[in-house]
Amino acid sequence: MQRAETYNDTVVRQFAVMTVVWGIVGMLVGVLIAAQLLFPALNFDIPWLTYSRLRPLHTNAVIFAFGGSALFASSYYVVQRTCHTRLFAAPLATFTFWGWQLIILAAAVTLPLGITSGKEYAELEWPIDLAIAVVWVAYAIVFLGTLAIRKVKHIYVANWFFAAFIITVAVLHIVNSAEIPVSMWKSYSVYPGVVDAMVQWWYGHNAVGFFLTAGFLGIMYYFVPKQAGRPVYSYRLSVVHFWALISIYMWAGPHHLIYTSLPDWAQSLGMVFSLMLIAPSWGGMINGIMTLSGAWHKLRTDPILKFLIVSLSFYGMSTFEGPMMSIKTVNALSHYTDWTIGHVHSGALGWVAMVSIGMLYALIPRLWGRTEMYSTRLIDLHFWTTTIGIVLYVAAMWIAGVMQGLMWRATNPDGTLTYTFVESLKATYPFYAVRLAGGVLVLGGMFLMAYNVWKTITAANATTAEQPVLQPAHG
Amino acid sequence: MSGFWNWWVVLLVAANIVFAVWLLLSTTSTKPGDQHAGPETTGHTWDGDLREYNNPLPRWWLGLFYLTVVFAVGYLVLYPGFGNYSGTLGWTQIRQWQAQRDEANVVAAREFARFDGKSIEALATDPAAIRIAKNLFANNCAMCHGSDARGAKGFPNLTSPNLTWGRTPEAIVTTISGGRQGVMPAWAAVLGADGVEAVANYVYSLSGRAAPAPALVSAGKEKFDTLCAACHGADGRGTVALGAPNLTDAYWIYGGTLAAIKETVSNGRSNRMPAHLELLGEQRVRLLAAYVYSLTPAAAP
Repeated sequence: MQRAETYNDTVVRQFAVMTVVWGIVGMLVGVLIAAQLLFPALNFDIPWLTYSRLRPLHTNAVIFAFGGSALFASSYYVVQRTCHTRLFAAPLATFTFWGWQLIILAAAVTLPLGITSGKEYAELEWPIDLAIAVVWVAYAIVFLGTLAIRKVKHIYVANWFFAAFIITVAVLHIVNSAEIPVSMWKSYSVYPGVVDAMVQWWYGHNAVGFFLTAGFLGIMYYFVPKQAGRPVYSYRLSVVHFWALISIYMWAGPHHLIYTSLPDWAQSLGMVFSLMLIAPSWGGMINGIMTLSGAWHKLRTDPILKFLIVSLSFYGMSTFEGPMMSIKTVNALSHYTDWTIGHVHSGALGWVAMVSIGMLYALIPRLWGRTEMYSTRLIDLHFWTTTIGIVLYVAAMWIAGVMQGLMWRATNPDGTLTYTFVESLKATYPFYAVRLAGGVLVLGGMFLMAYNVWKTITAANATTAEQPVLQPAHG
Repeated sequence: MSGFWNWWVVLLVAANIVFAVWLLLSTTSTKPGDQHAGPETTGHTWDGDLREYNNPLPRWWLGLFYLTVVFAVGYLVLYPGFGNYSGTLGWTQIRQWQAQRDEANVVAAREFARFDGKSIEALATDPAAIRIAKNLFANNCAMCHGSDARGAKGFPNLTSPNLTWGRTPEAIVTTISGGRQGVMPAWAAVLGADGVEAVANYVYSLSGRAAPAPALVSAGKEKFDTLCAACHGADGRGTVALGAPNLTDAYWIYGGTLAAIKETVSNGRSNRMPAHLELLGEQRVRLLAAYVYSLTPAAAP
């Protein structure tokens, strides 16, 4: 052995830093459009700043730029550590970083210009769709290649979830983006009518299930036991909930199309499989939270663990709420209201953002050869701004949503509607204000994080020297 | 669904549910030689200190999972979902909607019955009728005509004393029931720029205002008498039967500035009020007509 093999952490560092940057950008756009709902004049009569164009920019930036970068960073880090080997195909890994950043920039330019395919969470036009497919296949080669050259026999549970997320997102993206270009920046879906709607929400809900759930469960399965210093609670629970989760999620899409022209049988299947998702989803929450048994006292002193455990609590809440909202009777009230927005943010901020933030606070010191972040107090402050911000946001949207649903369905004995739509909008204004305040708190926390990260990686004792690959333990 | 897709759906649904149950059964039953469930780890270690316990599945969690499976199977027996099988309850979303609509229609018909046979004029002064009509207006008409019925550019102000298509009860009912299609032809090619300027100045002066270019008014009147009077009348008071607006009052559907009048004369206007009889039914149309009728008293002829 001439030279000890080292981990490839350059690409992990790049993605980790960009996670913070895109988090701030995406949430800043979110705060702006939340403010526009209160003060419509904030679009300044500039077409690129209208709500309709910034809203897809917000969702793409937080899901694919912030969430995507967090997944790339953590999966590249975790797969090397748990396979005890250097990343497979280093040039391809570098390519995925620059490719993904270019795709994000292309989205940030085309969406405000109004270039869109019109499919929610899949708005990007065909040239960018092609680029995503290429980068994603490269990602799959790097990740699965690293799994293939692993130095340990057993594949660690986090990697099952990362692998399922990478493979499924490739399939979802390619199938849903099948489109016929009519010009450089315009294409039309190959699917007709209600089939298109079904394919779109099969994609849309599995983007939640695999991008925002399976991928982030991969993060959870590495960073929770690491940070708690405790073994994962139950191996067999992870087996059951993994297979149940990935098979049952596939059916849940039609619950986005309840009481529409989608055939009754498809709506019913979407509903019953969504209900069957509660237990598989909670399996991940139980496995994460119970991993802390014997180490609960660490929650008092370790704000990173607080982020991770609260994220699991939000995960448990939103994966209970989601199936409830897919019940036809409940959906008849909740659909098209701000309840849906509250549900999404309980998942996207409470679960995805909080687990990512916890992961970054654990990961960044290690990537720069340090034992901890520049300031633990700032992490704690970030934890509280984020938690309070999310609670304000979600509670405001819950109340607003239920109120809207009730106002829209209220009728007089003569059959006329009791309220006009505009009256429900007027009644929602106070809740829009509370939501904006919550969003500002969450965004403020991200700036604290950026400062903390900056001080950590520019400190005198920070180093990017390559770390040697750990020899696998025997047994 | 064709036979193939029916079986495709049936088999996949059944396979996935059976798979979930098998997963649960196979991980809860213990076979001889199994690792003991409990506080020992599986024996594997990753990245220095990552290990796994193999605790049994929590019983309440297992119960919850089985419960959702039982619910799913029960639901698919009762409701459509299992391929082409339509469920024992015969439920469809269309039937659910029809049942709710029929029920609401019975109640509404009872509510509306007390207004049957009353004239529009009588309804216009009946507070109970107007309360319902206002609600109908807010949910069906206000998006164009405004919640105060004062309209917007291109959407007529219904409180104006001169309604273009007439404000007799019969005329209002006809407008709401069948809709209206209003067309003003474009005159730019016929009149030329100077002609448009002159006609616009004349039309401007018709409502008792001093024309911006008084010298053009008489030339404008000459053109008006030949080209416009056929619809708008020699005195400019309009023709209700044609939907040609009265140009002598203070109300302008598209604006009364000289620039707006020139735009109208040059390029013409085309507008449409949609028909509502089929959507709302006669009883609601009559109430709405009474509401519109009540907004202002008819102008003196």
